[in-house]
Amino acid sequence: MVMLDEPWQLSPDVALRTEPFGALAYNFRTRRLTFLKRPELVAVIAGLSAGADVREALQAASVPPVQWCAYLKALESLAAAGTIQPRGCIQPQQQEAAS
Amino acid sequence: MTILDERISTAPAVRPTGGSLLDQFELGLNAPICLTWELTYACNLACVHCLSSSGKRDPRELSTEQCEAVIDELQRMQVFYVNIGGGEPTIRPDFWHLIQYAVSHQVGVKFSTNGVRVTPERAAFLASTDYVDVQISLDGATAEVNDRVRGTGSYDMAIRALDNLSVSGFKDAKISVVVTRENVSQLDEFKALADRHGATLRLTRLRPSGRGADVWDDLHPTAAQQRDLYNWLIQAGPNVLTGDSFFHLAGFGEPLPGLNLCGAGRVVCLIDPIGDVYACPFAIHDNFLAGNITALGGFQNVWQNSELFADLRSPQTSGACTKCQHFDSCRGGCMAAKFFTGLPLDGPDPECVQGFSEDALLQVGRTIPAASQDHSKPSKRGQEPVFLQLGMLSPATPPVHGCAQSPIAGRDPGAS
Repeated sequence: MVMLDEPWQLSPDVALRTEPFGALAYNFRTRRLTFLKRPELVAVIAGLSAGADVREALQAASVPPVQWCAYLKALESLAAAGTIQPRGCIQPQQQEAAS
Repeated sequence: MTILDERISTAPAVRPTGGSLLDQFELGLNAPICLTWELTYACNLACVHCLSSSGKRDPRELSTEQCEAVIDELQRMQVFYVNIGGGEPTIRPDFWHLIQYAVSHQVGVKFSTNGVRVTPERAAFLASTDYVDVQISLDGATAEVNDRVRGTGSYDMAIRALDNLSVSGFKDAKISVVVTRENVSQLDEFKALADRHGATLRLTRLRPSGRGADVWDDLHPTAAQQRDLYNWLIQAGPNVLTGDSFFHLAGFGEPLPGLNLCGAGRVVCLIDPIGDVYACPFAIHDNFLAGNITALGGFQNVWQNSELFADLRSPQTSGACTKCQHFDSCRGGCMAAKFFTGLPLDGPDPECVQGFSEDALLQVGRTIPAASQDHSKPSKRGQEPVFLQLGMLSPATPPVHGCAQSPIAGRDPGAS
């Protein structure tokens, strides 16, 4: 679940290539290519690291609040594909090591 | 800024936005998605259907330094992976260096080989790398069927390479098969062979390109076989790869997995061993030559500014096909297949599943375009299996490698 007040980032395995229709996202680890069809969505993803949380990234990309739900759904499926990942929170293996 | 620049990519005000992804692909991309790079025309085999008429090394072949510069540029353009072929790419002395150079510069590699250099040691090296994918060419599930097209001993060579890969722990090699009239009945056997080796089966279409032009009439699947192939592919689903090469079969009904469009100059292109850039791997002909990467501006300039590619990215007229109810699914089929069978580019594919090209193929006066290059070795008579087809020249050269799909193997120019 991607929440508005969570910090997220582009996965370190993924590179974005800007295209006229949006961008290609290539995951070097899984060799999967994903097509991002909206330049606004690309701006949100590219801005995830710079913002404190998802809300700030949406605001920075000038996405109107009425569309935030739709964008959260899109981010959700990108998270499932490993294109984006939570930032700053403890990863499962780190958690094990810490406990 | 020129009009050309605006048309291609740099001015969103001119380029239509929205629509489907396919609509957008037809307008072209900033860089290719699927780039094929043939490192050499040299080959130890002489397959009868070689797309690039490979055999002899071209003396103008790019040097190691030039190849590294190409990789640097692909990295800058964010071409995330490249399909390397030939000829037989592994017989370049710097081949292993170049794939290491590519993967260490964020350019993943899939290379096609007939297996000649995939020794246990090389297989172990490949198993230890990330971002390298290996594709072994095989055109028959039995030596008898395979060697007739690819040459004596080529089946054993491919199987040995697959064994070396699986023993070394290399995961998920690809077995790449050009579907012909002779092997289309072996699809289940190919799948079983792939499963036994922990490999993935990849089927591609026989194209009338290169030496393929000379054997296409006799080797391309019959209409009934095309229907069987389509049904088989639908059933196999995404577990069998096709390189999107069978989109002309979409006219049978539901589309096959993958992009159903001609990507030439839009999402794909080919760099040949001397740095010439062609619209697609099946279109090595002067008519589809966009430029050379050694010229000022390099590959990026060719991809983004060549007149040929601008043309391919502009709205195409589809002639008689536009009126066909299946046009939206097959989009008129493969440009190269039409060109090399002498059919108009704005008409149906020579293997149109609705049969709309049958009359045109029978037309008196249909001219097959002359090849603009041929790297075939002079034939050595008696070494090759004889390709038994009525009216065929008997192939006499040693088998070619798989990605070098050259059909007219063994054609002796002196004999005709």
